[in-house]
Amino acid sequence: MANAASSALRQASRLGLRQSISSTSARVAPALSRVAAAAPTRASRRGYVSETKQQSAQVNIDTAIKLDKKDFMNDKGELVMPGSATPANATVSPMAEVLKEATVLEEGQRPIYLDMQATTPVDPRVLDAMLPYFMGVYGNPHSRTHAYGWETEKAVEEARENVAKLIGADPKEIIFTSGATESNNMSIKGVARFFGRSGKKKHIVTSQTEHKCVLDSCRHLQDEGFEVTYLPVQNDGLINLQELEAAIRPETAIVSIMAVNNEIGVIQPLEEIGKLCRSKKVFFHTDAAQAVGKIPMDVNAMNIDLMSISSHKIYGPKGIGACYVRRRPRVRLDPIISGGGQERGLRSGTLAPPLVVGFGEACRIAQEELPYDSKRIKYLSDRLLKGLLSLEHTTQNGAPDHFYPGCVNVSFAYVEGESLLMALKDIALSSGSACTSASLEPSYVLRALGNSDESAHSSIRFGIGRFTTEAEVDYVLKAVQERVTFLRELSPLWELVQEGIDLNTIEWSQH
Amino acid sequence: MSITTALKGESPQQARSLFRQLLRQSSQFSSYNFREYARRRTRDAFREHQAEQDPRQVQELLQKGLKELQMMKRQTVLGQFYHMDRLVVETGMAGKETGKSGDISRQKDTGWD
Repeated sequence: MANAASSALRQASRLGLRQSISSTSARVAPALSRVAAAAPTRASRRGYVSETKQQSAQVNIDTAIKLDKKDFMNDKGELVMPGSATPANATVSPMAEVLKEATVLEEGQRPIYLDMQATTPVDPRVLDAMLPYFMGVYGNPHSRTHAYGWETEKAVEEARENVAKLIGADPKEIIFTSGATESNNMSIKGVARFFGRSGKKKHIVTSQTEHKCVLDSCRHLQDEGFEVTYLPVQNDGLINLQELEAAIRPETAIVSIMAVNNEIGVIQPLEEIGKLCRSKKVFFHTDAAQAVGKIPMDVNAMNIDLMSISSHKIYGPKGIGACYVRRRPRVRLDPIISGGGQERGLRSGTLAPPLVVGFGEACRIAQEELPYDSKRIKYLSDRLLKGLLSLEHTTQNGAPDHFYPGCVNVSFAYVEGESLLMALKDIALSSGSACTSASLEPSYVLRALGNSDESAHSSIRFGIGRFTTEAEVDYVLKAVQERVTFLRELSPLWELVQEGIDLNTIEWSQH
Repeated sequence: MSITTALKGESPQQARSLFRQLLRQSSQFSSYNFREYARRRTRDAFREHQAEQDPRQVQELLQKGLKELQMMKRQTVLGQFYHMDRLVVETGMAGKETGKSGDISRQKDTGWD
C-alpha cells in the first residue's frame, strides 16, 4: 500500500508535475492502492520522461473487481461470508463491499412459505439439540456394553419422555417409527391382522377424508379379505356420530378417524368418538400428524388406543415419527417390520438418535409454546381469513367453528386453482395434500364434502405456522386479491356472472 | 428465543443486559422468518414476565434466557454458512435497510414481474 503510493509520488516528482497530479494521486492512492499495486505493471521503458496517459491515473473497474474478489475470498486464508452482518475479517477492502452489493441485487426471489401442512421448517432450537448427535455422540442406542451406547440411549429415552408428555402418555407407550405413514400402516394393518387371524374381527371403519396412507392401507387389507366401511362426512367435514355408531359392528376390529384433516383443517370430535369406541370395545386409532403440538391432545381423556405422530409437522426433522400404542388395556399388534426386537418388538431396527432427539426437542418446545403459538396463529389466521373472504365469491371449506386455524382452505369461484397457484409463484401454496399435488385431479377430500368439481378445483390451502409473520400475511392478501381479480377478468364465466346469469341454467353445447 | 426474564427482582441490570443481548443476537439470523420470530418471541417473553417477583423464578428465567442466547449464538453462525436467497416480502423493506449496520441493502424491486 505504502510502496504504491510512494512510487506514484516518486514518479510524479520525477515528472516534475508538482502541483496538480502529485496532489491528486496522493489523495487517491490510499484508497485505490491495492488495485494499483495489483494491476499488471507495464514493462516500463527506461527513460527520463515516461509517457502520461489518462489510463495510468484511472482504475479499470473490471480488473479491480476481479482482483479484489480474490482478496475478498482469500485474505489471510479466511473466507468472508457474503451477507454476514460482521465480516469474518475486519480488513475487507471497500471494493468488497461494492461486490457484495452487486451479488445481492438479484436476490429476494424466494417465495413465502405458506404450506405448513406439507412440512415445516426445522426450528433452530431443534437443530441445536440434534447437532451433537451428528458429531461426537454417535453410539448405537441399543448397545448396552459401552458408554457410547449408554449416552445415546439416555438421550433417546429423554426424547421419548418429551413425546409422551406432549400427548399425556407413558414413555413406554411411544414407539418411534419413520413417520406418520409408517405409524398409520403399523396401527391399521397390525391390529387388523392380529385380530383378524381368529377370523372373528374382520371389519374396519374409517372415513372418506382420511389421509391417503390410511385409505391405501385399508384397501390393501380389503384384498386380504377384510371388510372396510368408509364413512361419509357432512358438508362441514365432520363425521356424524350416529352414522359411526351404526357402522360399528360386533366384528369391527379398529376405527380410524383422523384428528385434524390435512386439507381442510377440520378437527373431529375425538373425545366423543373415543368414548363411543371404548363403550363398544373397539380399538380407536387416530392419525394426529396435523394435530399433535398444535391443539391440546390427551390420549387418556380422549380414549385413544393408537395414535400416529409426525415430527416434521411440528418443526422437527423429517424421517421420524412415533406411534402411540396403549398398554392398559393392552393393544396387540402384528409388527410389519420384524428383526432385532427394538421398540418392544413392534418396530425393529436401530433408532436414529439425532432424529429422535430432534423430535423430542420439537415436542418439548411444542408443549411449552402451545399457548403462545396458538394465540399467534389464531390472530394471523383471522387476519388472513377476513381478508380472503372479503373478496367476492369466496368460501371457506370445512366447519368454520371447528377447524385448526393454521389450516385455511378457501375456494375462489370462477378461478382455476392451478392457474392461481401458477400466478402466485411468489408464494409457496398448495391446493391439497402434497402427496396428490402432482396430479391435477380435484381433491378427494373436498369431493367428499359434497363440493362440486369446479369448487374443488378452485380451492387453495393456506398453512400458517410458528414462523409466519404479519408482513407475509399482508403480502399474501394483497397478491391474492390482485391476481384473483386479474384471472377473473380473463374468464368468460366471470363475465357471465357479472351480467347476472346463473351458470347452472346454461346449457352447454356438447362436443 | 423463548421465555426469559423479569425486569424486577434481584437482578434488573442482568435482565436488561440479557434482553439486549438476546435482541441483538436475534437480528443476526440470516433467515427472515427465524429472525422475526426470535425478536418477537424475546420481546413477548420479557413482557409476559415483566411483573415476576419471586427471586427464584427470576433466576430460573434468567438461566433459561442465557441458554437460549447460547443456542442463538451457535445457530446464527451456522445460518450464515448456508445462506438462502431472500424472501419476496423482504424487498418491501428496502427503505429501512441502509446497509450501514452490516445488513444488505437493496435497490431492485422484486416479486412483481
